Amino acid sequence: MTVNIRIPRTVWDLPREDYFVGGHNLCAGCTAGTIVRNLLKVAGPNTIVVNATGCLEVSTSLFPFTSWKVPWIHIAFENAAAVASGVEAAIKVLKEKGKIDPNKKINIIAIGGDGGTFDIGLQALSGMLERGHNVLYVVYDNEAYMNTGIQRSGATPYKAWTTTTPVGTIMRGEWRDKKDIIGIALAHKVPYIATANPAFLLDMDKKFAKALQIDGPSLIHVLMACTTGWRFDPKLGIKISKLAVETAVWVNLEYNYGKLEVTTPVPKRKHVREYLKLQGRYSHLTEEEINDIQERINRKVEEINRAVGKEVIGPLA
Amino acid sequence: MTQVYKSKSLATLSSNKAVAKAVGQLDVDVIAAYPITPQTTIVEELAQMVANGEVKAQYIHVESEHSALSAVVGASIAGARTFTATSSQGLELMHEILHITSGLRLPVVMAVPTRALSAPISIWNDHSDIMNARDTGWIIYFVSSAQEAYDTVIQAYRLAEDREVLLPTIVSYDGFLMSHTYEPVVIESSEDVIEFSPKTWKGYIEEGAVAIGTLASPDYYYEFKYQQVEAMKNALRKAEIIDRDFYKKFGRKNGLVETYRTEDSEIDLLVTGSIWSSLKLAIDKARSNGLRIGGLRLRLYRPLPIDEIEKILAGKEVLVVIDKAISYGLRVAGPLANEIYTNLQSPVKIKSVVAGIGQRTITNEDLYKVILHVYKNKDSPGFTKHTLFYGVRGVELDS
Repeated sequence: MTVNIRIPRTVWDLPREDYFVGGHNLCAGCTAGTIVRNLLKVAGPNTIVVNATGCLEVSTSLFPFTSWKVPWIHIAFENAAAVASGVEAAIKVLKEKGKIDPNKKINIIAIGGDGGTFDIGLQALSGMLERGHNVLYVVYDNEAYMNTGIQRSGATPYKAWTTTTPVGTIMRGEWRDKKDIIGIALAHKVPYIATANPAFLLDMDKKFAKALQIDGPSLIHVLMACTTGWRFDPKLGIKISKLAVETAVWVNLEYNYGKLEVTTPVPKRKHVREYLKLQGRYSHLTEEEINDIQERINRKVEEINRAVGKEVIGPLA
Repeated sequence: MTQVYKSKSLATLSSNKAVAKAVGQLDVDVIAAYPITPQTTIVEELAQMVANGEVKAQYIHVESEHSALSAVVGASIAGARTFTATSSQGLELMHEILHITSGLRLPVVMAVPTRALSAPISIWNDHSDIMNARDTGWIIYFVSSAQEAYDTVIQAYRLAEDREVLLPTIVSYDGFLMSHTYEPVVIESSEDVIEFSPKTWKGYIEEGAVAIGTLASPDYYYEFKYQQVEAMKNALRKAEIIDRDFYKKFGRKNGLVETYRTEDSEIDLLVTGSIWSSLKLAIDKARSNGLRIGGLRLRLYRPLPIDEIEKILAGKEVLVVIDKAISYGLRVAGPLANEIYTNLQSPVKIKSVVAGIGQRTITNEDLYKVILHVYKNKDSPGFTKHTLFYGVRGVELDS
């Protein structure tokens, strides 16, 4: 298959043209727009987007307006991966039958939030990955059901406040760890899996490009700092995203045909306190609880360094 | 087994296999289905045709019925002619997407061999599943023979893809009683089949911005839904035309409502599906005993050809509506009986009968008993007030 997706080496390699445009109703300071704008800059006009129900979907498609300058499909909450599978199968067979130019490369991208991917959409995602459809699935993870008003999802991190894991006299926010969606994708043995973060724009864009070059399923898990749900000043979205990596709360990595690489090494880590203190969802934490979170991160860092075979994430500064 | 039929031929097929034959001749592009009894043999047959290269389609082995319909919805948007099939719990799992398919005006065609719903779990036939789909905006055929299943699938694609209709279409029939019983079926030449239902659907994907499945505010939503009301009216008109054209081309007329000995009948029975042949035997017996009984069978359930039913029932005294489903909590508990009752602008008395639930056997002798019961009691006060639950233990006919 002819591939016309280029991997950007600098931001200047990205086209000026936008296929996701302004005028939408995303919150001021929402980083979902940043992620998707870059995704479509990389993908270009020969792209079909399938969007699960969620913030991004409702905020960008209020009839008769659309922010999408490429064909965009929304069907329901739990089935973006299944719909994308159908689109991909149709394009394939219509190419075979000569109804669509067989040399035209058409990117099929499914986008879902954490709820639509980790929870309600997990079954359809598993099916899509396992069957090997040539679809890029991008999960923008804001760590709760933000569209319905900050309810806990399987992606909500340890100790975070949400409206359904509130801080009460007995309970202190979420008490379970975030679901390991990358581990789940890995178990499907798909060719390309990555995590990304809009504070590391070029890293994210390169990953989008790599995934679109691959003939087969891919999943990119993108951290999406949410001003409304995480309770921070709208101007801090990118700063907090950056801190997530600097504290190793989030690790930018990729699995290229199973081979792990940490794409943003962190020689000296910041204390997790720096990340937590900017967010209202963690404002209830005691010093003891913050140290508990730090210890969990330390253990995760050890695991990653062991998996890579060298110290890609350094000690606390 | 070869798929290309150069000329008309005769085969012995179950309704499931007849459906698969038709789908195989209609140059379907994408098939997505999930196994469920009694539907499975349709998609097994289609999988074999794809494996043999007789059908040039993408076959998506989805992980659920919800994804089966979701996948064909995606494929249909992209311009594919699509097919799926399910029964019972599978249709229930699809329910959310049933509404979306019709709302997006996608000409998806689905076969539904009907089956009872859990709990308790039953793999056997009744109409509980299809009755739950009646307000989803799909065109619903209910056929009564394997031949009609074959013919109706061919008609369904032409109807669904008609520019004035653009609605998803279900071809349903009785699970097991039809899905797994074999009958002689005339198979038309593949060339004639595709000539009758040529692919006209191109999908919605165009260059540049096209947003499908957008958010509609209260300022817009209602008009979208009203257009579906209009599309259903068009579907009724077009279904008649297509059936007439089918007769001209292939010499078989199925009609939207079939009648039997209704010319001079006083009491008529309205049914859907395979019970029709048993009913005709019961009517013959009643006639030979001097009772003026007639029968009607609905082939098209949505849109409901109520004008035609009304014309047939002009001047009649009693209409017995036999439902194989229950609408719980209603005095008149047959869903079809309720619909006929509310839509019919005629003074005919309507007696609701529920029978065949979970495939409780109902023979021509049973139907004859129902006829006698109605004949004897039709004038007693309050007779039509309640549904007769025929065949359940503890309920005895008082005649």
